Amino acid sequence: MSEATLHQERAAASVRLERALVALGIVALITAPFVIYPIFVMKMLCFALFACAFNLLLGYTGLLSFGHAAFFGGAAYFCAYAVKAWGWPPEAGILLGTAGAALMGLVMGFLAIRRQGIYFAMITLALAQMFYFFCVQASFTEGEDGIQGVARGTLFGVIDLNAPMTMYFFVLAIYLLGIFAIWRIVNSPFGMILRSIRENENRAISLGYSVGRYKLAAFVMSAALAGLAGATKAIVFQFATLTDVTWQMSGEVILMTLLGGIGTMVGPVVGAGLVVGLENTLATSGFPVTIATGLIFMVCVLIFRRGIVGEIYVRWLGRGG
Amino acid sequence: MTLGTAAAVRSDGKEQTPRVVLSARGLRRDFAGFVAVKDVDLDVHHARIHALIGPNGAGKTTIFNLLTKFLQPTSGRIELLGTDITRTPPARVARMGLVRSFQISAIFPHLSVLDNVRVALQRPSGLGYQFWRSLSALDQLTPRARELLAIVGLDEAAHRLAGDLSYGRKRVLEIATTLALDPKVLLLDEPMAGMGHEDVGMISGIIRSLAKDRAVLMVEHNLTVVADLCDWITVMQRGQVLAAGDYATVSRDERVRVAYMGTEHEEGRA
Repeated sequence: MSEATLHQERAAASVRLERALVALGIVALITAPFVIYPIFVMKMLCFALFACAFNLLLGYTGLLSFGHAAFFGGAAYFCAYAVKAWGWPPEAGILLGTAGAALMGLVMGFLAIRRQGIYFAMITLALAQMFYFFCVQASFTEGEDGIQGVARGTLFGVIDLNAPMTMYFFVLAIYLLGIFAIWRIVNSPFGMILRSIRENENRAISLGYSVGRYKLAAFVMSAALAGLAGATKAIVFQFATLTDVTWQMSGEVILMTLLGGIGTMVGPVVGAGLVVGLENTLATSGFPVTIATGLIFMVCVLIFRRGIVGEIYVRWLGRGG
Repeated sequence: MTLGTAAAVRSDGKEQTPRVVLSARGLRRDFAGFVAVKDVDLDVHHARIHALIGPNGAGKTTIFNLLTKFLQPTSGRIELLGTDITRTPPARVARMGLVRSFQISAIFPHLSVLDNVRVALQRPSGLGYQFWRSLSALDQLTPRARELLAIVGLDEAAHRLAGDLSYGRKRVLEIATTLALDPKVLLLDEPMAGMGHEDVGMISGIIRSLAKDRAVLMVEHNLTVVADLCDWITVMQRGQVLAAGDYATVSRDERVRVAYMGTEHEEGRA
């Protein structure tokens, strides 16, 4: 009995803490553009959503994809092309990018989930590289130049996104919507099955779960949300480039997630903020960014393997990710 | 002698000749030139406890993997409840009512004890794919999960992490999880390995009550348990069936004595 009440008290305390942190985070994000350069915060939000979408797969399903740039960068291309060439409004472009990424996720996931572990990662990498070379060759991506001069346009035909603050709150809304979707998926009956597959795949099979379907569903959701982040980024920066479909981008999102803490909701956000912040700071200093991120990655692996947020959870709150 | 009572229970039961629920014919599995299982015929009956025994490497676990389709047989045929499942994927076989436990306790270590059981109840309740609902949708499964935990004496530990349980209690949790599926055929891979004396008694009791209305096939090394609990025994050696019958028949068999019992008794004395 006492153990049950203790458990309930602890759970209630951690829920209260989480709610307070979420409220604090939202207030911080609302005030941020008045203090920090809005474009920079928007970039952070896009990468944070990308990392969270990636974490849905790595942290909560146990699948390491090495090809998530294809969804992020692919969606950016789809969105940018629809807006520039067809004159679509921004919200339609973002939806198209998200749907395109989901469809790519369905195909890539279908091929990759047949294998496990490192083989799964290699297949996703190979498929993402195929997509990269397709983007290099295809005419609609405009090769090395990328699709430039994408109009931000007017949202739903009424809200002008060219005003930086308007654009910022639109991105913030998408970000919060995406994070809420991920939180909902993770804390749902479906998310429970994903976790059980991560914990013990054979046991999940022996309980009658067709784990392949669950993995594929998680893969498509993760790809779609990564696409949402990429398409939004294309509207923010008004262009889509090859950089976002390279394997380095797939590696970067892994770094962000590991650095922040896999299997936590806040970890990837912190990781993305750190990596993006560091890149912005070093961009003007002339110091090679890759050396800095490489060093950080080594420190992370050697000293705090659970990631920053993961270590905080374990050390201060006494609970695992 | 306890075998006698077990037979008596069966003889006053409704089914005089128990029906076959799971059968294998000519089962064979090769691993890169090595034949792990060869020409195995096996019938598992409703309301019977069937033991699969034999020395290490005899192919018992391979048989389990073949029957539950975790491994694909090289040749042969498997039927479950009259349906050919030779080419059926493992999750589907589980949904048809053939559920297994594993040699290494198969639990979800970072989930609570209660959630371990609820995960098993989720799929039959149609809650597997619901990604848009809150976790409180699973609350409807809690009463049944607690009932199952009470059967194995784990209700007090419901909120503990499954990974923190002792070895014996992990195995007991696995059984509770398996029960959640209400399987027609239960395959238990060494359910009592590494358990203390009291736990063996409790598990025996649970298995006995389970077998009243379902088939049980179990791999077990402890011959005292086998003699006490099982109605039918299949002895395996080097991937083949050496003998089959009730404990009295099997233990009189000269080949079985030489191949298995003899060594086991010597070990027992040492």
